[in-house]
Amino acid sequence: MVRDTKNATVMKWFVDNVIYVVLLLLVAGIVVISPDFLSVTNLINILSQSSSRIIIALGVAGILITAGTDLSAGRMVGLAAVVSASLLQATDYAYKMYPNLPELPLFIPILIAMIVTGLLGALNGVIVSKFHVPPFIATLGMMIGVYGITSIYFDRPPYGAQPIGGLNQSFTTFAQRGIPVGQYEIPYLIIYAIVVSIIIWVIWNKTELGKNMYAIGGNPEAAKVSGVNVTKNLIIIYTIAGLLYGFSGTLEAGRVGSATNNTGNMYELDAIAACVVGGVSLSGGIGTVSGVIAGVLIFQIINYGLAFLGVSPYIQFIVKGLIIIVAVAFDMRKHAKKK
Amino acid sequence: MSSSSATYILEMNNVTKRFPGVIALQNVSLKVKPGTVHALMGENGAGKSTLMKCLFGIYSMDEGQILLNGNEVVFENSKQALENGVSMVHQELNQVRQRSVMDNLWLGRYPKKGIFIDEKKMYDSTLEIFKTLDINIDPRRKVSTLSVSEMQMVEIAKAVSYQSKVIVMDEPTSSLTEKEVEHLFNIIERLKKENISIIYISHKMEEILKISDEVTIMRDGQYITTKSAKELTTDEIIRLMVGRDLSQRFPSKTNKPGDVILKVTNLTAETQPSFSNVSFELRKGEILGIAGLVGSKRTELLESLFGLRSIQSGTIELHGRVIENNSPQEAIKNGFALVTEERRTTGIYPDLSVGFNSIIANLRQYRTKGLFVSDRKASNDTKWVIDAMKVKTPSQKTPIRSLSGGNQQKVVIGRWLLTKPEILLLDEPTRGIDVGAKFEIYQLINELAKEGKGIIMVSSEMPELLGVTDRILVMSNGRAAGIVDTATTSQEEIMRLSALY
Repeated sequence: MVRDTKNATVMKWFVDNVIYVVLLLLVAGIVVISPDFLSVTNLINILSQSSSRIIIALGVAGILITAGTDLSAGRMVGLAAVVSASLLQATDYAYKMYPNLPELPLFIPILIAMIVTGLLGALNGVIVSKFHVPPFIATLGMMIGVYGITSIYFDRPPYGAQPIGGLNQSFTTFAQRGIPVGQYEIPYLIIYAIVVSIIIWVIWNKTELGKNMYAIGGNPEAAKVSGVNVTKNLIIIYTIAGLLYGFSGTLEAGRVGSATNNTGNMYELDAIAACVVGGVSLSGGIGTVSGVIAGVLIFQIINYGLAFLGVSPYIQFIVKGLIIIVAVAFDMRKHAKKK
Repeated sequence: MSSSSATYILEMNNVTKRFPGVIALQNVSLKVKPGTVHALMGENGAGKSTLMKCLFGIYSMDEGQILLNGNEVVFENSKQALENGVSMVHQELNQVRQRSVMDNLWLGRYPKKGIFIDEKKMYDSTLEIFKTLDINIDPRRKVSTLSVSEMQMVEIAKAVSYQSKVIVMDEPTSSLTEKEVEHLFNIIERLKKENISIIYISHKMEEILKISDEVTIMRDGQYITTKSAKELTTDEIIRLMVGRDLSQRFPSKTNKPGDVILKVTNLTAETQPSFSNVSFELRKGEILGIAGLVGSKRTELLESLFGLRSIQSGTIELHGRVIENNSPQEAIKNGFALVTEERRTTGIYPDLSVGFNSIIANLRQYRTKGLFVSDRKASNDTKWVIDAMKVKTPSQKTPIRSLSGGNQQKVVIGRWLLTKPEILLLDEPTRGIDVGAKFEIYQLINELAKEGKGIIMVSSEMPELLGVTDRILVMSNGRAAGIVDTATTSQEEIMRLSALY
């Protein structure tokens, strides 16, 4: 009898923490096949590749928790990447978009990119909360529209549709370098992701906005009768998401060293997948920062680990697809009760 | 303090509300004294909820006046009412189930330290309120893990935390066990001592007479009377509510039980704790009631007969042949039909039409050549449902959501009759339905039995079981405590059996 309850507790723990178990199993599996995988360099690579995706996923996650969704995330990342790159080309670069633009302090282009996507995020929020357009449709429209805006900005005379490159030193340092620790370098990217994660964690757990976010997603009617200004809160949450996409877009441009109108393409689906695998409920009201981070890491480890093992990228897609479905199927067991 | 504020905490005077083509409320008045329980009664459609919606600003009154503590008020929404000390504990509890008790309690006005939420203060204040109300719930528990009664207590605590002077309770006991009802009544007594008034909306006469000080009765949008509860009896209230003498709350029984059609032997549920070793027989044309306290596993028994839950052991014999209802599909094929307890969640498709709701269990019958559904056949059957069940609906296309509870229930019963069942399982068939419509449902049940259907009916209303059934199986804590003949039994005997195990 005692044993039974103990088993039940273990089982419950297992079901409740299935994503972390999956994460461990994945790493363990890869290490068994190729022990070399366990190295600081690999760890740093995985974390730094995950960084900008964690930032995007945290933006999307907030919206998912309100029982919304955001399909425009990837295209906003692209817009921010193009805008920030165009303002941060080296002064001596031959194909400058703005030939006479002096070298700007780093924070100005980043800020401009974030303001642009922040405003678009706010617009998403207004469309969803004021005009009651379902988030799927509102952000689908935004996704398509933003791609158009990005392309117009990107593909114009004199140089036409070619990657915006030749980024200046300060920008590439900002996104590509790091803090030396012994023989390694901890990329700034990881630090940015950690800082953003902490800020978002505090917002979600320690502020009124965060609690309202969960309440709106969990039961919008209850939130309304308790005097929560649903419209205002939704607009703020979509705006924060926009700001995060903006920041992440500039990091993407800096990390890759250039930007095109296709930067960020499909990132929204990766982000939604990571959130869902990380335990964020699409029906709203449930989700944690740690879950989202774990979700992103799972996908990054699959990408990196399977490539490390030399597995065909096509097979990687199959594995990713399976993980999404299996993780959510397990998650549903938490809620399903046997009759 | 002026004398008016001493007499009444809340006055609604001569409230009139018109909708295009109808007068929903005509000169209705409601005067509530401080520290009392004031029952508001009337059939569904009498205007109780319209009156409350006027109070909470969901509707604006065309005429009339609301005085709170002697001062005229007009609330624009329930939030404003709440802040002024008038709150409502809803029938469908409005909570964020994924979040903790205290998160829900302070939603919309979290205590803060700077820009951050003061969790400790939230926790302490929650405990403090719970203590004054004798509620024992951990403020950190997730609401989804609470029982209905606990969720309701949280709602009441929320009302108290807003310093409410008047709390409206809409059908507060509809899903509580007897013990929980007692606890609720204790809490209400405590609220009265704090000089808080309760407007108590319920259909349960016995309860009203027990808990309330005064009773206001409405009928057809009009104010009938306000009386002290001491002067009233159940029959008197019913007479005032329906405006006709309903000494006959139940139709006379005309069905004649025949041969045994269903024999259940030692039925035991797979997932325990649930029912075990339940045996009974059902005759053709018989109405078998199932009585028992909430938690005695009556619903589970019905759902197992219908294949919704798995059975560990025991047999079900239909006409002497052992059958296995492993799934609802199989049960339907064997001639079973189940009208579920929770009409809103498992009975109706609220936004879809009366037509859709009528035919959905019987789609296979409407297939023409190939795969398509014949609209004509479906429409004929819908018409049959509407006519035979006497459903009051503007058209077949009306969303069922806009019908009254009684009419919705008639559609659901009609839906199952279309499948030509031999055995009809009814789980609380009259829950949330007003007195007049209940009578019609009873009539319907009687007619169906007369036509030779075997009917098993779970009910928590003792008078209903005694008035409608032929025999009653009494469940107690998952076991069959006995089967009694309705004609010779008494409420006392059934209560005794219910508490046997």
